Amino acid sequence: MPATEPAVAPLGRLRWLTAEVADVVAETPRVKSLILRVPGWPGHRAGQHADVRLTGEDGYQAQRSYSIASAPQATDLAIAVERVEDGEVSPYLVETVRPGDRFELRGPIGGYFVWTSTMAGSLFLIAGGSGIAPLMAMLRHRAAAGSTVPARLLYSSRTFDDIIFRGELERLAAPGSGLEVTHTLTRSRPPGWSGETRRIDRAMLLRAGFPPNSRPRIFVCGPTSLVETVAQAVLDIGHEQSLIKTERFGPTGR
Amino acid sequence: MSADERDAIPLDGNAVAGLLGEVFAREMTVAVVTCGGCGATAPIGEVRVYGGAMGAVFRCRHCDTAVFRLGRTPRGFWLDLRGARSVLVPTGS
Amino acid sequence: MSDPPISRGFHRRGAADARAGRLPPGQHLVSDFPVLSAGPTPRSDLSKWRFALDFDNKNLAQWSWAEFEALPQTDVTVDIHCVTSWSKFDTAWRGVTIDALLAAAGLREVPAPFAMIHCDGGYTTNVPVKDLLAGQAMIATRYRGAPIPAEHGGPARLLVPHLYFWKSAKWARRIQFIEQDAPGFWESLGYHMYGDPFKEQRYAGD
Repeated sequence: MPATEPAVAPLGRLRWLTAEVADVVAETPRVKSLILRVPGWPGHRAGQHADVRLTGEDGYQAQRSYSIASAPQATDLAIAVERVEDGEVSPYLVETVRPGDRFELRGPIGGYFVWTSTMAGSLFLIAGGSGIAPLMAMLRHRAAAGSTVPARLLYSSRTFDDIIFRGELERLAAPGSGLEVTHTLTRSRPPGWSGETRRIDRAMLLRAGFPPNSRPRIFVCGPTSLVETVAQAVLDIGHEQSLIKTERFGPTGR
Repeated sequence: MSADERDAIPLDGNAVAGLLGEVFAREMTVAVVTCGGCGATAPIGEVRVYGGAMGAVFRCRHCDTAVFRLGRTPRGFWLDLRGARSVLVPTGS
Repeated sequence: MSDPPISRGFHRRGAADARAGRLPPGQHLVSDFPVLSAGPTPRSDLSKWRFALDFDNKNLAQWSWAEFEALPQTDVTVDIHCVTSWSKFDTAWRGVTIDALLAAAGLREVPAPFAMIHCDGGYTTNVPVKDLLAGQAMIATRYRGAPIPAEHGGPARLLVPHLYFWKSAKWARRIQFIEQDAPGFWESLGYHMYGDPFKEQRYAGD
């Protein structure tokens, strides 16, 4: 294994903490950010996630995982929840939860899919839908650290209204920031739209990303089908397997 | 584990990192598994995971051998590791 | 250790949904058809597909796809119950009952009291033979009038709806009669050997 891989950390501190909802922010028609206050939170690295556990009045419990979307430097934690049709937990978190509500949180979890501003190399992020969440933590962390390491985000959404964190991404990609954001929409082509309009493919990755010889660190996150296609395409383009990290979102509730 | 299964497309070891942490009491997504079927190695974070809410079936992406199988029941975790030739759990220095 | 905080307004799905007697305990009703698999979806070449009955390392009978389609077909509408807590009412299937398979194989008696069902991709599940007979089970090839989609187990799956749906093995290829009950894929990972949803036999020891 390469010497730079993180060692496996014991989980001695991983216990259920109480999270209190400080704010609920509507990001898109289907997605809300929950801003959480979690006393005792041990801190995290961008890319990690947390387990959320809900307990009903009758003691019934349900548990899901959510990527932490906030920077490690932020005081409060943020998670982004997408409402899943017929889901058990996401409709509750998106429709019912309000400030003051509480549930349990455990984390941070995940040592494989992490980025810190001290890592060398430029950053190429590829997201589909709510897969933007852990990559948003990386971009927020990058900004909070004052890093100008070259960074590019290629972000696939269904429609313009489905772009999560759209305004903030625009601000983060201000001139001089070193961040370039390319959007692609897969189900609509709004009037005046200057971004891409199709599923991510090799040509789009070539145009929106860094060339292989610049050896960017690549993080891909989204639905499994997108991640599989993109991971193969970046390999075909010539990026090194060891620089590519993937995380598949799917029906375990993330 | 979740009861929201909506499609059979696999996830990866990252998605079940919390579950692995409960079983092994350490972060496992960076542990490297060697497939007993074809000898390919991969960090668990990259391994394809099936099984949804019933459990976790970790399959080699080259030959689909189930390198780990995990069933989660109220009584505890049932593990079948026979599909893995070995697992390297780095502990750092 | 203190009690966990109660999440205001959170409750399990389907709490208000129980239709007396029809929904097993701990289940909730869904209107879609969730897909759950233990491995990648196998793609079948129908020209090479065979279904077999075996006992004691001997093949008792085998059918090609064309031969299988020519067997007596039965239509059923049944409720199905997944151990992960979803249930779906009134699912319509067509296929060949296990009774018809045994008759076509010329077996007036089953050679052993238990069965292990083997599937493409290596999945297995065990069922007592008595639960496969008397119209309780079939090898299904159609769902809602159309060929079963691959992700739902097509071209052919076992359908034994009075047991939890993990027993209705997808991509079924072979019934092996066995003298003693033995655990299949999930049964060897802590799931119940029998799996009666109305007795809530989800896990070993239930």
